[in-house]
Amino acid sequence: MTANLRRRKIYSGIFETLCALAVVVALIPLAMILFYVIKEGFGALNLDFFLHMPKPVGESGGGMANAIAGTLILIGIAAAFAVPVGCLCGIHLSEYPGTKFSSIVRFAADVLNGVPSIVVGIFAYGILVLPVKRFSAIAGGVALGLLMIPIVVRTTEELLRLVPGGLREGALALGATRGRAVFSVIVPAALPGILTGILVALARVAGETAPLLFTAFNNRFWSTSLTQPIASLTVQVFTYAISPYDDWHRQAWAGAFLLVMMILALSILARLAVRRLERMNRS
Amino acid sequence: MTRSSDDRSFRIGTGAFAALVLLIVAGIAFELTRQSTLSIAKFGLKFWTTKVWDPVSGDFGALPFIWGTLYSSVLALLVATPIALGIAIFISELSPRMLRQPLAYLTELLAAIPSIVYGLWGIFVLVPIVRKVEIAMGAKPALGVGMLAAALILAVMVIPFTSSVAREILKNVPATQREAAYALGATRWEAIKVAIGFGRTGIIGAVMLGFGRALGETMAVTMVIGNSPQISASLFKPQYTMAAVIANEFTEAADELYLHALIEIGLLLFIITVGVNLLSRLLIWSTKRRAQTIVVIPVIVAEEVPA
Repeated sequence: MTANLRRRKIYSGIFETLCALAVVVALIPLAMILFYVIKEGFGALNLDFFLHMPKPVGESGGGMANAIAGTLILIGIAAAFAVPVGCLCGIHLSEYPGTKFSSIVRFAADVLNGVPSIVVGIFAYGILVLPVKRFSAIAGGVALGLLMIPIVVRTTEELLRLVPGGLREGALALGATRGRAVFSVIVPAALPGILTGILVALARVAGETAPLLFTAFNNRFWSTSLTQPIASLTVQVFTYAISPYDDWHRQAWAGAFLLVMMILALSILARLAVRRLERMNRS
Repeated sequence: MTRSSDDRSFRIGTGAFAALVLLIVAGIAFELTRQSTLSIAKFGLKFWTTKVWDPVSGDFGALPFIWGTLYSSVLALLVATPIALGIAIFISELSPRMLRQPLAYLTELLAAIPSIVYGLWGIFVLVPIVRKVEIAMGAKPALGVGMLAAALILAVMVIPFTSSVAREILKNVPATQREAAYALGATRWEAIKVAIGFGRTGIIGAVMLGFGRALGETMAVTMVIGNSPQISASLFKPQYTMAAVIANEFTEAADELYLHALIEIGLLLFIITVGVNLLSRLLIWSTKRRAQTIVVIPVIVAEEVPA
């Protein structure tokens, strides 16, 4: 081996090691965050956390029952409006993938995906809070729904494309119309994947805080009214985290634990569903 | 009803929902402009170049926030880019096949963790660490909260976005590029450099996508940057960002001018992030297209001419 080649090989080895090191460096904060969320959060979690209302400063205990209910209501509203819009848009993109219109819409969905969530919050504030001069669950839900749409659009499109082309051709050959083929054959085949895609999108927006600050606002009391301000896990965690009270800090960690567990569970579920779909496509 | 008219109504029906996505993007631009007219009319361009932020006397200049946003995002990019590219290269070129999926999944998990959880971790874990480092370095003031903490947390949050796009770009580089390098006697790293060279436009796009994320990141930054509107190159001083000032002051904006000033900051944030995103998507898209249009030229071996 010449000295030159040896030098180049050593050089190559160094950079390969650095790349491996980069993976380790990125996994350290991930491990640290998960470690602290579990260590601090799991200990602070108890039945009271799910069933009780927040206690005033100075009294220990209490829970986030109103915030948990609030988050569920908010993502319910978001799903009610983002799922139909997102899915039908995704169906259009996968059925007519090559048209100019589809490329523009795809581009717009990507742009919307990159818009900071706080800006989407301002938009929801402008159209739903300002005219009635009141923060409301509806405004918060719509803000979350707007953030969900691009995710649902892209996952629906991608998963529909995984459906074997033979299924579509078979349906069309039997005389089905386009709509019939899509809704009776193609969508059902991809349904488990689409559903989990929606769940992942829900998990993403359930973790959003910024767009809720001035749409759903917060509420110290139990409220399920759609036209009133409503509490949410994330805003509650924020309020507690920046407070000076140890007791509230513990509650914040418990809230973070709940959020992270929910997201982990859903994303694992989604991976399994996608893998099943890919296997179906191969066979 | 005939089949073709059925097909047409299906196309138009689903198309209407697709058009809604366009409408939303346009609606955001329109609404943000409409809600910031007072501040636009009163301050004009001065809004972007002055640094007084005084809600009491109604004098608003957004320069410190723009500075804080750009500075923190650029710092985050400097930290995140080498790491993200290293990850992308390791997963797509070096890692054993069985490790690929799990590693990709783990790095993408970083993107799934909510911003608020990053912020919580930032306040109670990262900031004390940064404070210790600052004290050890003799920095003044050693608060822990400030630009350094914000840039670090942003870097972690941006890594998964950049690395997953860069990975996809590398996956799209035609195998012939690497094979040609190997055939010329390249080492593994030299072959990787050829692949990176081929995908460089897309990789720049991936970095810009991360930049766009960093610009708009709100909660985690708000919780660790210290929220003090000052323009300073210091890593240790508390500063402020555009997204953070909106998050903190929006509900406190008592008069209309104050609110319009905050929304104008949102408008600029929207314009910048859309611009950065458009550019990055274009770069990524053009690289992918180039990778697909490369035609493998069949090698014609000249027949030996009999002497």
